[in-house]
Amino acid sequence: MMNWYRRIAFLLSITRTQGIARRYVVVNGFDGALTMLGLLMGFQAGGGIAPEIAFSACLGAALALAASGISSAYLSEAAERRKALRELEHAMVEQLQESAHTEAARIVPFLVALANGLSPLLVSVVIMVPLWLGVAGYALSQEPLVLAIGVAFISIFVLGAFLGRIGHVFWLWSGLRAVLIAILTSALILVLR
Amino acid sequence: MSAIKRIVLDVLKPHHPNALELAQAIAVLAPDYHVSLKVTAVDEKTESAVVTVEGNAIDYEGVINAITAMGATVHSIDAVDVTGTDGPQV
Repeated sequence: MMNWYRRIAFLLSITRTQGIARRYVVVNGFDGALTMLGLLMGFQAGGGIAPEIAFSACLGAALALAASGISSAYLSEAAERRKALRELEHAMVEQLQESAHTEAARIVPFLVALANGLSPLLVSVVIMVPLWLGVAGYALSQEPLVLAIGVAFISIFVLGAFLGRIGHVFWLWSGLRAVLIAILTSALILVLR
Repeated sequence: MSAIKRIVLDVLKPHHPNALELAQAIAVLAPDYHVSLKVTAVDEKTESAVVTVEGNAIDYEGVINAITAMGATVHSIDAVDVTGTDGPQV
């Protein structure tokens, strides 16, 4: 009997959705990191803000990103899976209710939706750690806002490097390219302030 | 009472799971099963395959269920080897 991990891997494999889930993790993780960076840069450019308010604003944005990611990916992926199953049943001239394909059509949209929604939430939570430490009263070497901006840049670099590894591109170049996008975004925020 | 020693099935399967995964899904049903699978035709979304299962006492229903669970369907039984075991059943 397959364990649950192998079963999930199998269902993703027969629907060819491993790549989609991986892409969602990186793309939406990047979305989450850039959104947090945008908020933090906005707060910083506006003259700074209390860590409590920054934390609440970032948490609200992170939860909204997660809810949006989960619901949008579920709706679109469920429709895609149903369509793929209908087409396969048509080709097989057979209903496939008892098959792994029907199970996949039911479960894979949940998995892809979770990947899509949880990745920006997790990245955002990591970026928010300095803000949380500031709120909790821990003594930090820098302002929580400044540290959170630093963590956002590091997160963006890591996501870029991960993307490079997937695409077999030199990880450092890929990471630096992602950081360049973050720098341009930050510059735009500062210029348009 | 009889025991199925060998059965050859004409199967229509989706491209995924692939031939290896389908053969493995049948082979794991019993330690003495020997499964060979030959893809005979490839279509846009499906493949036709001849699946041969050999064993001491093949559980036909179990094999069919394993094939069905992988999204494939059995079109026909093309050959069988069956032996009597405990004499005629009353």
